Amino acid sequence: MALLFKRGILSQLLLRGRQLTTKLSTKGMPEACLTCANESRYSGSWGYRRIHTSKFLSTTIELTYKRLPELKRGPYAEVTQKDIEYFETILGKGGVITDKDELEGYNIDWYKTCKGCSSVLLRPRTTEEVSKLLSYCNEQSLAVCPQGGNTGLVGGSVPVFDEIIMSTSLMNEVFDLDQMSGVLGCQAGCVLEVLEKYVGERNYMLPVDLGAKGSCQIGGIVSTNAGGLRLVRYGSLHGNVIGVEAVLPNGNIVDCMSHVRKDNTGYDLKQFFIGSEGTLGVVTKVALLCHPTPSAITVAFIACPTFEAVLKTFRSCREKLSEVLSAFEMMDGATMEAIEQNVSLRNPIGLSPFYVLIETVGSEQEHDEEKLASFLETAMENNIVTDGTMSSDPGHVRELWDVRERAAEALLHDGYVYSYDLSLPSKAYYHIVPVMKDRLGSKVKRCAGYGHVGDGNLHLNITTQDYDPEVIKLIEPFVYDWTTKNGGSISAEHGMGIKRCPYLSLAKSPNSIKLMKDLKALIDPKCILNPYKVFPYEVNSFSEF
Amino acid sequence: MAMRVLVGCKRVIDYAVKIRVKPDKTGVVTEGVKHSLNPFDEIAVEEAVRLKEKKLASEVIAVSCGPPPCQETLRTALAMGVDRGIHVEIGGKDYETLQPIHVSKILAKLAQEEKVDLIILGKQAIDDDANQTAQMTAAVLDWPQGVFASKIEKMDGTLKIQREVDGGVEYVEAKLPAVISSDLRLNEPRYATLPNIMKAKKKQIAKKSISDLGVDITPRVEVLTVEDPPVREAGAKVESVEELLTKLKDLGRI
Repeated sequence: MALLFKRGILSQLLLRGRQLTTKLSTKGMPEACLTCANESRYSGSWGYRRIHTSKFLSTTIELTYKRLPELKRGPYAEVTQKDIEYFETILGKGGVITDKDELEGYNIDWYKTCKGCSSVLLRPRTTEEVSKLLSYCNEQSLAVCPQGGNTGLVGGSVPVFDEIIMSTSLMNEVFDLDQMSGVLGCQAGCVLEVLEKYVGERNYMLPVDLGAKGSCQIGGIVSTNAGGLRLVRYGSLHGNVIGVEAVLPNGNIVDCMSHVRKDNTGYDLKQFFIGSEGTLGVVTKVALLCHPTPSAITVAFIACPTFEAVLKTFRSCREKLSEVLSAFEMMDGATMEAIEQNVSLRNPIGLSPFYVLIETVGSEQEHDEEKLASFLETAMENNIVTDGTMSSDPGHVRELWDVRERAAEALLHDGYVYSYDLSLPSKAYYHIVPVMKDRLGSKVKRCAGYGHVGDGNLHLNITTQDYDPEVIKLIEPFVYDWTTKNGGSISAEHGMGIKRCPYLSLAKSPNSIKLMKDLKALIDPKCILNPYKVFPYEVNSFSEF
Repeated sequence: MAMRVLVGCKRVIDYAVKIRVKPDKTGVVTEGVKHSLNPFDEIAVEEAVRLKEKKLASEVIAVSCGPPPCQETLRTALAMGVDRGIHVEIGGKDYETLQPIHVSKILAKLAQEEKVDLIILGKQAIDDDANQTAQMTAAVLDWPQGVFASKIEKMDGTLKIQREVDGGVEYVEAKLPAVISSDLRLNEPRYATLPNIMKAKKKQIAKKSISDLGVDITPRVEVLTVEDPPVREAGAKVESVEELLTKLKDLGRI
């Protein structure tokens, strides 16, 4: 992959080296951050040697705290040698990483848009270790950034300054799957694909599926309340997660691991950890409700001439396919272009302004195929579908899903992605895309939209070659204002992270925000867990210290 | 003059499905497992349909040997553009012991009956990886063969076939009628479009039995056991070169 970018990047790196001079005051900045900043300054020559490694891109990524000069580092301690020695007594030498090169990947998010300067990575294996570490950090006022697979798209999984990164990657034990109830118990660091395989061998399937399944971990998925591709049928994680074990910032272990579906005893505490993006606790164990693997899976990949046709198709699908419909995904022409150009997958059908992937899942192959086929026949007669293909062969099903699942990756290869995850009522669902296209014109490479039409969730992706602050100014807050005005949500499933948190007031009322802030202050009075995320910066002004 | 083309369509366990060995070690689990058209046969079908689109072929006939579900496999081929199908019904024990030697005789017989000019088969099936049927069929018919084909060009009364061989690429010219086996890079098969999937339901699939064709399918090969490959053992980490050498010596490797 390094070779692909070599020619373009080399010239940019050399330019960077000359341009990068820190005008930001370094007064009061921790050593770790300064070292990072200094290295970026020398990226011209240092970066050139690094072209031949897969991490070469990191030299062109700006440190988050530099990009957000209004953000001040909180009143946390800095990591000292004494702290490292303590961590090593808990985790052993292998569990504490301080090597700069190794830390690069953990300091940078998947989109390569956010970069922190943490100098320590901790890798606990058990809940007890997490508890001891958090208790210590709380005492010492050390900030911690919990991290799972680091596939989050809003910069919530990487540090902003020098927060200690606590990775759940080594907490990957699968406990068991109850064959009667379908409840799966496992540690938070299990990779989704591994869990999929585990339950698949026992004829069960997970209620959640994401394009990032090869890397994302269940703890992170739960912490961000990820939506994914199966939400239209199985609902959100708030319903499918029936147990959670988490560690509070003060080290207390809160065990809400349940193996029974119904439990109305007191407050449903696990819901606090689902979707709070690691700001209220570190999730260490999860109990997930799984469903029996369907014996019949059929996928249709179709072309629609207009967005109205997509909506009509969805409405029709809901009625005619009802109980067997399990996914309804859409992508536009620009997304398909990116997929063909950047990840060399071919368009399964002819060119069209809109593409839809429909999946049906049931217990009788022939019945489902007939239902889907007759539905599509009618749709084609009515011209809401103009072309398409369908198959139940597992190989073809996977290939067709691949085309949809690799959309994010394909757009990433354009250079820099400004990604927005909006929930919109169906009438307004796609309109933001042409609006942004007009607004940005030739300043951007591509303006693409794809997403879970079934849940009203659009992923708006705008790409440029490099990060351009002018483009950001044109996009934000316009896109958020537009969404709110049209009755939508500014973050359907990706969460707030650091990218969306300035706009929390657009999404929630002042009383709601106050209640959230009060809860946070109650559970994390020193604000050590994943600071700077979810809440707008002014809330993080630490005036209570 | 346009050719009449025959393509072989074998029904195999789908490539995306995980294979499990039967506990009695007599074979792999096929009951309730998803099957589909052998990927190399899909490439063969695609090539035949392209020849028809270029008007180099006048009719394309797909053949599948096996139990009734083979008709679904034929429907996939029909949906891709094949004109009609022939299902040679073979079930039970006979099907379990069916080998390339038998299939090649069946295909040869059908090719003669249908007066076919070109047979395109997949180079191998992904279940047995035999890579024998195309070669045997050509031998039975005494026709020239171009196997592992990555490109086919129609010349005057002959075919120029580009073959992928160990040393690189080889060109062979074969007089018609001929047998070809498709390799991976011959083409990228199309996804059947919805209108064609609908049309395929109405296309004809003729049924034939083994006795109709007069082919002897007595097994010549007996499968003794089918076992999983040995489980991969965990590796061991060593701290130094000296330790590595000691370990290798202990294992008798050096």
